[in-house]
This record gives sequence, structure tokens and C-alpha cells, in this order.
Amino acid sequence: MIGDWLDIGWLDEIPLRGARTVPVEGGEEIAVFRTGDNRVFALVNRCPHKGGPLAQGIVHGHSVACPLHNWNIALATGEAQGSDKGCTPAIPVKVDAGRVLICRAGALKAAA
Amino acid sequence: MTHHIQRPHLVVIGNGMAGCRAVEELLARDPHRYRVTIFGAEPHVNYNRIMLSPVLAGEKTFDEIVINGHGWYRDHGIELIAGDPIAQIDRVAKTVTSRSGRTLGYDKLLIATGSDPFIIPVPGKDLPGVVGFREMNDVDAMLAAADKGGDAVVIGGGLLGLEAAHGLSLRGMKVTVLHLMPTLMERQLDEAAAWLLKSALEARGQTILTGADTAEILGTDAVEGVRLKDGRVIPASLVVMAVGIRPCTALARDAGLDIGRGIKVDDHMVTSDPDVLAVGECVEHAGQVYGLVAPLWEMCRALADGLVEQPSGYRGSVTSTKLKVSGIDVFSAGDFSGGDGAEDIVLRDASRGVYKRVVVKNDRVVGAVLYGDTADGAWYFDLLKKQEDVSEMRDLLIFGQAHAHGGGQTDPKAAVAALSDDAEICGCNGVSKGQVVACIAGGAASLDAVRAGCKASASCGSCTGIVENLLALTLGDEVQAGAKTMCKCTSFGHDDVRREIVDQGMQSIPEVMQKLHWSTPDGCSSCRPALNYYLLCALPGDYKDDQQSRFVNERMHANIQKDGTYSVVPRMWGGLTNPRELRAIADVVEKYDAPMVKVTGGQRLDIFGIKKEDLPAVWADLNAAGMVSGHAYGKSLRTVKTCVGSEWCRFGTQDSTGLGVKLERMSWGSWMPHKFKIAVSGCPRNCAEATIKDFGVVCVDSGYELHVGGNGGIKVRATDLLCKVATEAEAMGYCAAFIQLYREEARYLERTAPWLERVGLNYLKARIVEDTQGREALTARFLHSQRFSQEDPWAERVAGREHEQHAHMAAFTPVREEEIA
Repeated sequence: MIGDWLDIGWLDEIPLRGARTVPVEGGEEIAVFRTGDNRVFALVNRCPHKGGPLAQGIVHGHSVACPLHNWNIALATGEAQGSDKGCTPAIPVKVDAGRVLICRAGALKAAA
Repeated sequence: MTHHIQRPHLVVIGNGMAGCRAVEELLARDPHRYRVTIFGAEPHVNYNRIMLSPVLAGEKTFDEIVINGHGWYRDHGIELIAGDPIAQIDRVAKTVTSRSGRTLGYDKLLIATGSDPFIIPVPGKDLPGVVGFREMNDVDAMLAAADKGGDAVVIGGGLLGLEAAHGLSLRGMKVTVLHLMPTLMERQLDEAAAWLLKSALEARGQTILTGADTAEILGTDAVEGVRLKDGRVIPASLVVMAVGIRPCTALARDAGLDIGRGIKVDDHMVTSDPDVLAVGECVEHAGQVYGLVAPLWEMCRALADGLVEQPSGYRGSVTSTKLKVSGIDVFSAGDFSGGDGAEDIVLRDASRGVYKRVVVKNDRVVGAVLYGDTADGAWYFDLLKKQEDVSEMRDLLIFGQAHAHGGGQTDPKAAVAALSDDAEICGCNGVSKGQVVACIAGGAASLDAVRAGCKASASCGSCTGIVENLLALTLGDEVQAGAKTMCKCTSFGHDDVRREIVDQGMQSIPEVMQKLHWSTPDGCSSCRPALNYYLLCALPGDYKDDQQSRFVNERMHANIQKDGTYSVVPRMWGGLTNPRELRAIADVVEKYDAPMVKVTGGQRLDIFGIKKEDLPAVWADLNAAGMVSGHAYGKSLRTVKTCVGSEWCRFGTQDSTGLGVKLERMSWGSWMPHKFKIAVSGCPRNCAEATIKDFGVVCVDSGYELHVGGNGGIKVRATDLLCKVATEAEAMGYCAAFIQLYREEARYLERTAPWLERVGLNYLKARIVEDTQGREALTARFLHSQRFSQEDPWAERVAGREHEQHAHMAAFTPVREEEIA
């Protein structure tokens, strides 16, 4: 029986104000972010602008600055900030007893 | 065939500024009223044609001048057919047919075909190498020609021609401008202003020939030159025709629409056929044809009002021109040809290079020409459009708005404050002061936000200064301070932050943010890398580098590419290599399937297409052959370029290669405000191009000339001579001192060239050449900090440090899981 949540590891494995990646076989890679206030977010690892790997960006507040052209993407929604327009899919994610869990259906849907 | 509720079909011919703006205006009024199809002749999305000049000049890329990307068409359900121009209109069947044979029906047709460059009918006009300056294609052709260098001729000394000449000149071509009339830009400038402009352009290296009538373009297979009617021949491998534009009316003419100089339209932009509309440079309205962008916007508004059955009507436009030619501000509006009853008021200030002329008739401003200082352009234009009586302020009129309204302020903010609410700020987008202020009051607190909100300053950018002043006026100190602050997170500037870090002995980024009242929880992608650097520089050996405050390249120790892979450049000391290193590089390329290896400008090899997961393994292989990181990715020492010097070269005066290797061994690995390049040339022939580097050594018989502050990038700057020294040891000591002074005092992301220009060469000489003790202390501080920075970051990663930067956290294989389940 497969649960609704996929356990991907310990929270500590993600650097504070950093991100790690989770490749999805047959789909798009997911970036899992940990912010300065220890919140966790997950987005498809692809900037809506030119496809930059968001996991490599600078995480500040609840946003990440894309490493290619410095677009700021809101971690909660995947929406580009400011005057830029575009959105990358967000995937539900939670932390339970120090373990990071991403929503299986969300990951499948986003990866499709 | 099934019919749902069919919306009428609007077909737009022309995917340019007018066509797309008309659709934008329509969507803003009623997004669902029409199904829209746009045909474009160029194979591009809608871009800002005004900005082709900055693209040519290298200040912008094509992507940066796109107005509406593919997403806009998709989001609004607009079908874009680009690269397939319409060849025929059938007004009886109400269809259009494209060049490729595609036929589409329309309910309403909008012709926005713009204009074509006028090609003067001389022999040779069709030779390869003769281009217009109208489309992205033209710019591509000019850039390709500029890559080969040589001579270019621009025919036409109007705005477009001068911008083409400026761009080609920046790209390194030797440019001659041929202008038929006796003075440049005669439609916008009077003789005096045109003369000032000509002198200024000549001082920038362009040759300007006025009264030059082209007889023939020479060449057999390609352009070789231009012959004038007076017999003069000017060599050229590129000829740009910029003598003017002609409304593009052929399609409308073939369809039997009424044509004058352009396609005739009424006040609602409707042609002689009620179902066919036209807008932009291709139309003639009330006998007028327009070639500037502001009238297009006004036409588009009237057109859209008509399409949604709330007709407003276009009443023609009064135009003004405010532009920058080669960085020179020029403004003109109205009629300045003089004539009966017209009085001229003229102000000349030769020392500031300013010329102003206001033409007054019956106590009304009818024209203005401003050169060198165009701050009052908007005000004069406002007086002109409103036909305001200026008799009261006539004596002070020429001194500008601040003086004429009394008080004698010279503060540009006061001038902007005095503008009326309906004064036009952004001519390109037709935005008034009131609209800008409303946009700011509605929450737009930065220039970008204003651009996004009301489009002011979003096209050509010449009103940016006024918009910034309006921001300052409306928001007070919130923005005023913003001009000089590090970023939006703080009210302190770079120098203040740095001083406080040192004075208060701050140890970490959170401490700086706390003590200096940062307004965000953990900064932003601008301030975090700067703070990380300032702390690293202040506390060598003690500060723990914050990887999460580094840009991707410095965090990954490789250069990210557009596809998310990385390029890897191992260090080659002084540009020297050996079979073992070359074999190791060749092996890496094969083992990791790197699609490209390239020799860099800094005399080393760049391996492309490496995945982030493979980086540690690649580095391990390179380390095994004795190579370390080349820091090609860092705000740090990049390369030390050398020529072969006295060891081999018959002209060499000193061992330039040897000195280069020593300098690189001394300074590699140090983090700096920005990238830093060194070169050593063995003789004044300067084969290592030392005089466009941050620090350059040119060897001479009697010693070493030390040059500083050069740059070979967008804005080329030759170095200044710091001093001459007699020995290698001195050259190295001075180099270390210069680097340390730069590290300690330049602002983050400031290259040595602008830093030198900001602080002045005399300051650097005083600190490094004249103050022996100070220099030795700087050198000592640099060498001390280097003790902690010369660990190879690649080897550290190979040893497992920060492995999480490269490894995936987990992998998700949905299919396999399903099978197990």
C-alpha cells in the first residue's frame, strides 16, 4: 500500500536557506527548499522564465532568486514576483517528526 | 460544421508595435469580444522596435526588448502566425491569404503594416551588405558585419541613421555618415544644435559628411564602397540606408482601399471599407503621416474605443522628440522654422555644452530646441500643447520652469513638482504625471513597479529621470534614500555597511542585519552576496563563508549554462600547460561526454555540458593530474594572461611568462568585489593585452610598467599607468597592494575600472606609490588573507565537503512503486 506522502529524508539534509533536488523518473525534477525560518516548500525545478534550475538560486524570505536571470519566485505558489509573469507548479510538502514528506499525487501531477 | 456562439474574427496584419498595442487596448476594454489572429512578417514575437538601437549598441539583448512573449498570445487565446506575411486581401469574400497560401476569413480586418525603410534608387542598392535599420534581421546583419570590423557607411543623418552609426561605432567599425542636407537631423534640430551635435559626434570618432549626395554603391559581389556625386569614394563593407521610412501601403492599395501618402483613415481608424481598419505608421489621418511612437498609442486607443462601440475619435497628434544620440540629450518640439511674428529666445552655455532655443509667437510657445540639457523639454511641450499665454514669464522662460515660476529653484524635483497633472511624462506610452502619481500612490514604490503598473518609462526610457523624481516626490525619503542604498532591504549604502562591519567588529550576516535594522528577515539576492564578501574580506581566516549567500557559480565552483549544466575551467598557470594536463582534460571530455571544449580568452580550456552531479568526479580527475580550480566562475582572480617573453621572443625584454606564473600563484583563490584579470606583456608590443586588464604589467628594458583599471568588456577602458618599478619583487608587491586596496575599498560588484574612475588615479597613487608604509601594510594584509584562501575548492568538494550541493536528496520512481504495490 502506498501512502499519500512520500518520505524523502531528514529536514537537516536541506541546507538552511537552500534547496535539494528530487528527480522524478519519467517527469520533471522537483526542488525542495528550506527557508531561514525552517519552512519547507517544493516546486518543479524549472523557472517559468527560461527554465533555470531554481534549486540553485538564492533563497531569501519565502522566495528564491532564479540563478539564470534573477527572477524572484514565490516558494508557496511558484508565481513570479514583481513585474515578471509566470508560474511554476508548487507541490504540497510537510515536515513530520523531522522527516520531509512530499505529496505523492502532487509530485506525479507536477511531473506529468 | 457546428457553430457555437461565434465571436467575430478580428484579423490583424502586422505583429509590430501598433498591431499588438491595438490588440492590448482592445483586450483591456473587452477581452472576449473578438477572436483574434495576428499575422507577422518577421519570425518573432512582438518586440519594441525603438529598442533596436540599444540591441545594436550591445546594451540590450533581443529577449530584453520583447514586449509580449509567447505566453501573452497563449493567455489571451490569440493565434500568432509569424514569419508568414499576408500577400492578398479579398474584400468581397472577406478573406486574407498569406504568402504560404493560408486563407482565413475575417469579420474585421486591421492593417498595421507599419513602414518600410526608403531605399534610395541608386545603382548597387541591391548588393549584399546594403541593409535598412528597421527589423531584427537588419540588426543581425549589422552585427555580423561589425564582427569582421572595417568601414561602414550610414546614409542618412536623421535619428535612425545616427543611432545606427553610434551602435556600429561602439561595435568597433569605422563609421562615415552621409547626409544629403546641410545639417544633421534638420527636421528636429535647428542649425546651431545640429552643429553642436555634429562636433560632438566627430569628437567620438565618426566622420560626418553633410551635403553628401550618393551617386552609386560600389561593389561586384558585395558592397565595397559608396561614390558621391562629387566624385568622392568612401570604402565600406556595410552600407546602412536610413534616409527615411515610407508607409507600407502596397497590400491596401492592391485591395483597392483609398490611399494617399498612407492608408486613409477616419477619426476611428476606419479605412474606406467599413470592415477594414488601419493603424500606425502605415496610415494617413487628416493629411498627416506619423513616424513616432506616441501618435501610434493615441491611434490605438481611438481604434479600440471604436471596436467596442464607444467611439472617442483620434484628433491627430502634436509630436515632440526627446532622444539621446551617442549619450547626448536632444529635445525638439513644434515649429522652429521662424517666420512672421515668431520671436526666438536663445540661451547658450558653451562651457556646459548647452544650447536652448524657444520660439514664441503671439505670446504662445510654438517650438523649442534643446541641446545638452533637456530637463525642461516636457514643460515647454506642455506649454506648447496647451497654447498657454507666456507673456507674464517671457523674460525667464528660457531659464526653464523652476525660474519662470519664480523662486529660482534649480532642483529638478521642484521642476517636476511644478508640472500640471495632465502634463505628459512618458511620450512613448502617453502617460501623464497624474497617472504616474496615481500608480505610485497605488503601491508602486520603485521604478520597475511604475513601469509594470502604468508603462511610464517602459519603452525608450528617456523619461526615467522624471519618473524617479516623481517617486521621490510622492514617497519622500523612502525612495530618495533608495537611490544609494545597497538594496531594498536597508537604508544604508555599501560604504556605510562596510564601515560599520569593521568599526563594530561584526562577525556574521545575521548580526549585520540585526544591528543595521534590515527590513527583511534574511536579505535578498543582492545584499546577501555583498555582505558575505565584506565579512570575508574583513575577517580572513575567522569568517565562515556562507554558501547559501553565494551566487550559483561560486557555490557550485563552476559556471552555470542556459540549460542548467555547468562548464569547468581548470587553472593553467600563466597560460602554460603540459601533456599530462592536456591528457587529463581530454579524458574528462570523453568520459563525461562533454559536448564542447573551448579555448578561452584567458588562455585556458573550458569544458562544457557537465551535470551538477558529475562535477565532483570531474574535479577528482583533474586534481589527479595536478590541476586546481580556475575560478572562472568567481568574483575573484580569473587568469593571468602572458606572452612568451624573453625566454623565446626576440623582442622580449623580461621573463613575462615567469612573472605571470608568480603573480597567479600569489593571487589565485582570493575573493574580490568583482572578477579580476591580470596580464603580463614582455615588451611594449603588448601581445598579452595588459592595458585592458584590471592589473597589467608591460615589461620594458629598464623594468616593469604597472597599469591599472583596464576593462575589455561592454565599455572598453584602457588602463592608467600607476607607476614603473625596477624589479619583479616590486611588481609583485605593488600588485598585491593594489588588489588589497580594491578588495577593501571597492563596492561589491564594482570592477576596478569604475572604481578607479570614482576614486581617481591620484588617490590610488597616493595610497600605493607615494605611501611606502601604507603599501607594505596592504601587501602584508593581502598575503595574510591568502593563507586562508588557497585551498583548492574542487579538492575540498572531492573530499566530500558540501556534498549536498551535488547529490540529489532522494529519487522518485513512480512506475516501480506501482509495480511493488
